[in-house]
Parts: sequence; structure tokens; C-alpha cells
Amino acid sequence: MDQIIVQILNGLDKGSAYALIALGLTLIFGTLGVVNFAHGALFMMGAFCSVVLSRILSSSYKVVDESQTDFLGNPLQVDVFYVQDWFGDAAGATIMDWAVPLAILFSIPVMIFIGFAMERGLIKHFYKRPHADQILVTFGLAIVLGEVIKYYFGANPIQSPAPEALSGRVDFGQWLGYGPNTIIYPMWRLVYFFFSAAIIAGVFAFLQFTTFGMVVRAGMADRETVGLLGIDIDKRFTFMFGLAAAVAGMAGVMYAPIVSPTYTMGMDWLVLSFVVVVVGGMGSLPGAVLAGFMLGIIESFASMPAVVDLLPGINQIIIYLVAIVILLTRPRGLMGRKGVMED
Amino acid sequence: MTDQTTQTPLAKPAPAKSGLFGLEGKDATLLLVVFALVVFAPFILNPFPEGSGMAQFNAGYPDLMQRFVIFGIFAIGFNILFGLTGYLSFGHAAFLGVGSYAAMWSMKLFTLNVIPGIFFAIIVAGLFAAAVGYISLRRSGIYFSILTLAFAQMSYALAYSVLTPLTGGETGLQIKNTDNPLLSSIPEGEIGRANLFGAQMGSSYEMSVGSWLFTFNLGYYIAALFMLIAFYLSIRIFRSPFGMMLRAVKSNQQRMNYTGLTPKTYTLYAFIISGMYAGLAGGLMVAMDTQVGPERMFWTASGEVVIMAILGGAGTLIGPVLGAGAIKYMENILSKINKDVLHQWFAFLPEGMENVMVEVANIFVGKQWHFTLGIVFMLVVIFLPGGLVEGAQRVTARFRRKKSTSNTPAE
Repeated sequence: MDQIIVQILNGLDKGSAYALIALGLTLIFGTLGVVNFAHGALFMMGAFCSVVLSRILSSSYKVVDESQTDFLGNPLQVDVFYVQDWFGDAAGATIMDWAVPLAILFSIPVMIFIGFAMERGLIKHFYKRPHADQILVTFGLAIVLGEVIKYYFGANPIQSPAPEALSGRVDFGQWLGYGPNTIIYPMWRLVYFFFSAAIIAGVFAFLQFTTFGMVVRAGMADRETVGLLGIDIDKRFTFMFGLAAAVAGMAGVMYAPIVSPTYTMGMDWLVLSFVVVVVGGMGSLPGAVLAGFMLGIIESFASMPAVVDLLPGINQIIIYLVAIVILLTRPRGLMGRKGVMED
Repeated sequence: MTDQTTQTPLAKPAPAKSGLFGLEGKDATLLLVVFALVVFAPFILNPFPEGSGMAQFNAGYPDLMQRFVIFGIFAIGFNILFGLTGYLSFGHAAFLGVGSYAAMWSMKLFTLNVIPGIFFAIIVAGLFAAAVGYISLRRSGIYFSILTLAFAQMSYALAYSVLTPLTGGETGLQIKNTDNPLLSSIPEGEIGRANLFGAQMGSSYEMSVGSWLFTFNLGYYIAALFMLIAFYLSIRIFRSPFGMMLRAVKSNQQRMNYTGLTPKTYTLYAFIISGMYAGLAGGLMVAMDTQVGPERMFWTASGEVVIMAILGGAGTLIGPVLGAGAIKYMENILSKINKDVLHQWFAFLPEGMENVMVEVANIFVGKQWHFTLGIVFMLVVIFLPGGLVEGAQRVTARFRRKKSTSNTPAE
């Protein structure tokens, strides 16, 4: 039993990331009808938001400290961080330590801006073009964004650690009544899961309980009629694009401590999250979330040593295998609507 | 007897076959132009003298020319599927990889001659494409794309891990001294290389005219021969009733169904044919450079052929070849340019201006060549949905219009 719980927990963090990216993809597809291949790149931009913020926060200037000397006997130059200068030593250190969670606040406006710019600048012109064109132009955009990141941050992964207080391990088994040290789980991954659960709940609540969300849902069901009612649905859909970008960005920010961000992560995640979206059913928000968690957990079960011994290599291909089986048995994915993207 | 009886009805009702190999008018011209370009490529691609500042733009060295034609074949095959039927496969590199592995095994076990290797590559890739296509074509639209992508990624992951005895895993396959091909032996202490009845693929004849140096490489001409055959066959497919059926699949499947035709069968044939083209390209890659690794099947390789076809012009005959050439040229030439070269170019500017220009230009070249590729690709998708071919057509149309307006001012 505890083995099963361990595997479920292991699947949760990856599953949360899948779910968040797939949710954003589905939001864009459901509202604007655009297949956004640059969504993985937005996830990557989010992860680099945390890198940028921690670099900003740890910017420093040099001060010659007369009391210390380096190995040549010259007075030592000491880095003084601006943050510590302004907020005092202890508070400044804490702020730098908490750079990744703070980056969420930083990433929201940045990502919404990027989302707006993308939608208004590029994707707006592709509503009437075939899906293949949308896929291709956003695919090109994803390449460009990846290269821009590579140009400024280099090709190597950049570590961005979680805050000290949240980077330990939790003895999860004890909470469930098992003996100590049966189920040990990194604290940050638990934080990630709860964070993404909160975001998912927030998005659904926003769509379900606000007037704005209601209009958006109505627009998703029948865009023309909503337009005839005198509502500027395009403006709201643009906002939804920004929201989807922000969701992907936040998913990326919080994922940075788990996997160090590189410029390739956008493409790596895009392929998988597209599989997730298709398994969940194009255009279905609950389907995307369900498929995200499901595939994350299945993947973690498939990488159990016992399973890998039995079927070698299964952990590498399980997601694709599940996708193929589901697409062949349930043509529209788990919860897809009829007639979406079939031609 | 039977041969004659079957041949006469074929030959009789085709008075139009007076053209080149049964091609008419424009198609025959196109084939001839491509033939000329391919044969004289060592001259055309080496327009700058050796040692001059522009020599780095020369693309006439064997390795790159081989790539041009091999990826040309790959893109032509992809275009038969995507350009005609509109089915966007995101996993075509899998067939290229499978073809490479098949050719490699033929060389390891059977003979170092390339012809059987290429033959096996085509057959095995075709069979694999038949299996993948049969399953994937049960869905259309993005579901089809994801299914092909899933199959390709699975092949990649399996080639990397479980199938290591068959694929060599991460290190890939090479011909080793311990290999003992049935029909040819590897001399002691030498690296086994693919050959054509004893002639080495790498053997070249070099001709220097003044300060120009032209290289005629055997491997290139073999690959080029295959490419010309592949190109010719693709013209025939485009012009055949079968090609019309494939266009019908793209434009209206429902109507096809009503007419009593099964779109899926035709699409499956197109899928298999384009898989065989990919297999041919994979086999040729092994023939030119006797090694193969799983990264050849990674999804970025599939994405690359999509970009090639779109950039050149999907659904046109020559487009995919142009796209493949443009991308491989950019990959090899742009990525070689570095800051030192840029400083040479902008040396005529004042110091400050020079540095600024070098910094700006540096974003587009060297390791960032993918950036340029992405930008060019986006611009083409946005402004030229028909690719380079459409661009060329627009330019010529504009010139023609100008001419005609000057001739006849009052319309």
C-alpha cells in the first residue's frame, strides 16, 4: 500500500505540471480555436522569470572591505547585495531565499503581457487560417522564443533553488498513520501540487462563478450568438489568452526548483502536454486536468523497478502507448466534444 | 508473349507520351532543370574562388551536397503525404531512422554494397509505415498528428533503451571489425565503409580551374541519381489519377465517400509511399556515412522535414527540394559564421558602429542559426503560405504584369 502511495505522490508533481500546461492549451483552444504550439515556450518563459528575478534580487555592488584581505594581501572586495542594503541583512537574505515564490508575483504581469502581445501581434491574424497554419506559425514562434532564451541565458540548465524552509523532506507516511520513514517526499513537490491544485481550482471558479467567466463560457459554446448580444467577445478571449499564458508561466516558475530551466524545456514539455490535451479531449477543460494527473501517475507507476524489470523500457513509452490506446478506443479523447478538430 | 500483350495497350493510348519519360510540357522542363541543377551542382554551389573572403558561402563540398539531395528525397516523400492529402504527420523521422537501421544491418550481415542496403531500407521503412499508417489513419486532423508523433517518439525511446541489441542504443551502430558480412570481408585493421561494387562512397575527383576547386563525389552522384528518380516518380504521382484521388482526400472526403471511393485506402498508400521515400533517404544517409544513431528519429527531426516542406511550398513539385536545400544551407553555412568573421565583414565601418553591427548580426548566425530559421519560417507561414515557390511565382507575375502593362497601356 505504501508503495502505491509513493508512486501516486511521485506522479503528482509531473501530473500537476502536465495539467497546468494542458489547461492553458485547452483554454486557448476552447476560446480562440487556436492550436498553440508555443505554449511550452510560455512554460519555459515562466521558469526563466524565476531565474531573472533571482538574478535581479541578488544584484550587488562591490565594496572594499579593509578588515579582510585576499590571498595576495590586498584589501578584499566584498559583494554587497542591494536588497540587503535596503531591507537590512536578515530580511534581505530572506527575500533572496524566497526568490522563486516571489517570482510568481513577478511572472503574472510579465506573462499576461507576453500573452497579450502574442495574441494581438500574431495569433489574431490566424483565426481564419487552417489549423495547420496555426500549428506551424506557433511552432516557429516556439523556436524563436527558445533561441532568444538561449542567447541571453546560455544553453546550460540554470539552477534556481527553492527557499530553505520549503526545500526539505516531509515524512508523509506519518501523516497517514504509517511508521516513520516509510514515505519520504520532497517538501517542494508537495507545495507544487497544492499550488497547482489552487490554480486549477481558481481557473474553474473564475469560469464558473464570475460574470466574466460566464460570458467566456457562453462564448466558447456559441461565439456568434454572444457577439450578437452586443458583447465584445474578442476582448474577453484576448484576456483568456493572457490568463492561459499566466497559468503556463506560473507552472513554469514553480517548476524551476524541480528541474533546472533550459531553453529546450519548452519543446520537451510541449510534446507531452499536447499528448495530454489530446488524451483528455480537445476543448475539454476537466478532461485536460484529468488526463494530466492520470498520465503523470501512470508514468510514475511505469517507472517502478518491478514494472521496468518486467517490461524493460516501458517507462519511456508509457505515455505514448496510453495515448495511442485511448485515441483508438475513444476517438475524441477522454472527455472530448463531438466534431472538434476532426478535419 | 505476355510481355508484349501487356505492353501494347499501355503504349497505344498515350500519344502525349512524346515528351520526356511520359512527362509533358512544363513537367518535362522542370525535370530537365532539376537534372541540370543536380548534375552541375558542384559548379553551381561553388561560385566563389578558394581562399577568398566569400569562400565560406560555398556549399559545393561533398558532405553538404549529399545532405541536400538526401533531405530533398525525404521532403519530396513527406510532400506526397502532406502536400496532396493534407495529413500532417509529425513522426516522419521514424521511417528515416528505421530505414537507416535496416540499411546498416544489411551492411553488417549481408554485404557492404550500398544497393541491397538501400533496397532493404525502402522495404523495411515501407512495412513499418504500413503498420503505423494503418493505425494512425483511423483518426484525422490533429489526432492523426499526435498518433504519428507518439509512434515516432516510441520508436526513438525504444531505440535508445530496450532495443539496444538491435540499434546500438546511445552509441548507435557502426561497422566493426568483428562484423562478418556474408558477401564482402572487411580488411584487417580497416574501418568498414559502404561501397558500390568496390567503389568507395567518399572517393572524389577534384578539378581546379584557376583558383576555383570543384569536387565531384561518387556518393553525391549516387544519391543524386536516386533523388532524380524519386523526383520523377513524384511528378508521375502528382499527375496520375492516384494523385487526383489524394487531392480529393484533402478537399472533400465526404464527397469521396459518396462516390463510392474509400479515402482511407488512398491515404494509406500515400502514407506508405512517403514512408518508403523516408526509408530511401535513411538508407542513403547510411550509405554516405556508415553509422546511425537514435537521435535521427527524435521528433525535432520530424519537425525539420515539416519546416522544409512548408518553407519550400507544400503541395508543389519543386518546393520541398528547395526547402530542404535552403534549410541545410542555412544549417551548414550560417552556423559556421562567428564573431571574427563578422568583424572582418564590418571592418569598413567606424569602430563603434562595427561593434554594434557585429553584436546585432551575431544574434542571427553561429549557434543562433535556429533563431534565423524560426524567423524565416514564421515570415513564410504568415506572408507566403505557398512557400518559396509562391514567392517566386509572385515575383515573376509582377514582372510579367509590368511588361504587359507597358506593352498595352490601355487595358
